[in-house]
Amino acid sequence: MGFKDFIFKKSLWLFHFGGASCNNCDIEILDCLTPRYDVERFGMLLVGTIRHADVLLVNGSINQKDKSRLLEIYNQAPKPILVVAIGACGCTGGIFAEGNTFAGPVDKIIPVDAYIPGCPPKPEAILAGIMKLLNK
Amino acid sequence: MFNDIFHFLVFPGLLFVATVGGILAWADRKITAMVQFRKGPPSLQPFYDFLKLLLVKETILPAKGSKITFLMVPVFSLFGATIAGVLILLPSLNIQTGFSGDLIVIFYLLAIPSLAYMVGAMASGNPLASVGASREMKLIMSYELTFFLVLSGIILKADMSIGINDVMHAQSQSGAFIGSLSGVILFLVAIFCLQAKLGLVPFDMAEAETEINHGPFIEYSGSAYALIKLTKYIMLFILPAFIAALFMGGLHWQGIDILWSILKILAVVVLLTLIRNTNPRVKIHQAMRFFFIWMNLFAVIAIILGMFGI
Repeated sequence: MGFKDFIFKKSLWLFHFGGASCNNCDIEILDCLTPRYDVERFGMLLVGTIRHADVLLVNGSINQKDKSRLLEIYNQAPKPILVVAIGACGCTGGIFAEGNTFAGPVDKIIPVDAYIPGCPPKPEAILAGIMKLLNK
Repeated sequence: MFNDIFHFLVFPGLLFVATVGGILAWADRKITAMVQFRKGPPSLQPFYDFLKLLLVKETILPAKGSKITFLMVPVFSLFGATIAGVLILLPSLNIQTGFSGDLIVIFYLLAIPSLAYMVGAMASGNPLASVGASREMKLIMSYELTFFLVLSGIILKADMSIGINDVMHAQSQSGAFIGSLSGVILFLVAIFCLQAKLGLVPFDMAEAETEINHGPFIEYSGSAYALIKLTKYIMLFILPAFIAALFMGGLHWQGIDILWSILKILAVVVLLTLIRNTNPRVKIHQAMRFFFIWMNLFAVIAIILGMFGI
């Protein structure tokens, strides 16, 4: 592991993209920042703009209208950027996979580095996914 | 000549203020975490953040905007903060800066980073950045007058001498200025000015993360944002050092005084962080009213008290 890789993994800033989400995953993501789980221990911060982000968290099912926005957000991000698909909808489509407005799971639109399944995933599961991403 | 370059780049210049500023930025985040019952980031976190932005990330230029201005702004803000830091820290090393009236020069140099952020936001062509720039401009207009009144009070108490060396000398003769009533009032006013200058929470409406997504910095990424981060670390060190020099008898670098200097700066930073963590963000018109009416009033009262020697 080179120096740049080490520095990058020590300071991951998160940007949160919610597709057509039911809000459960959003709340579980916010739980990771609270005193009980506190991802700032690993140097992670939630930032407000994609220009500062190192990790793009995508949750919720991606429908036809979200698809172009997700692509635009991804293209605006400064590289290198990691993409994490959170929740059953982000990973596979979940119960919306058969819907007629569904535009495919996240990995059909942009490359995904880590999947965190669950409906919604527990904060423990999100932390486990983060550790897998850090040790990758 | 060589000495000047050494002073500017290494000690007490860029390298020194950046390192100490990084440590203070970590202290700020750690205290925030402790106030919120969290564990907080590891101790080298600000340096990781800076190096990651500088070395790893890509710098994106705005398509519709002035690219050269956009890229020059972080450099200008870093220069302004560094030169102000050198001028503030040199007198505490007993090195004559060569001219009297450096208080006025430092006052102008400390305004450069905020002005530069504003110009950069205008150059980026982003509407949210323009909102941030407009708020930053209103905030500058509110607190600069108050900060100048504080400096006038200090100059009055130091028998009309306008140099940091003379101010520190006057305090070693008659005790630190914070020991008197007018000094305490001026100190409180100065703390609120610092809060606005640093963009910390009661007055962080220019870069409100939750409503306008970091305001002026929204388009900055990669190494340009790294320089802005570095400027913020430096400002977090030199502004408390300036306050320590004006009110608390200054910084000294011999023997046990090193410990006192560190404690003075840490005390100011802890005070700023606690104010930041226990207050909500105010609206821009509330901040303007706060500075224009109340803080200016307190500063004027303190100056009148100072004239009577209280």
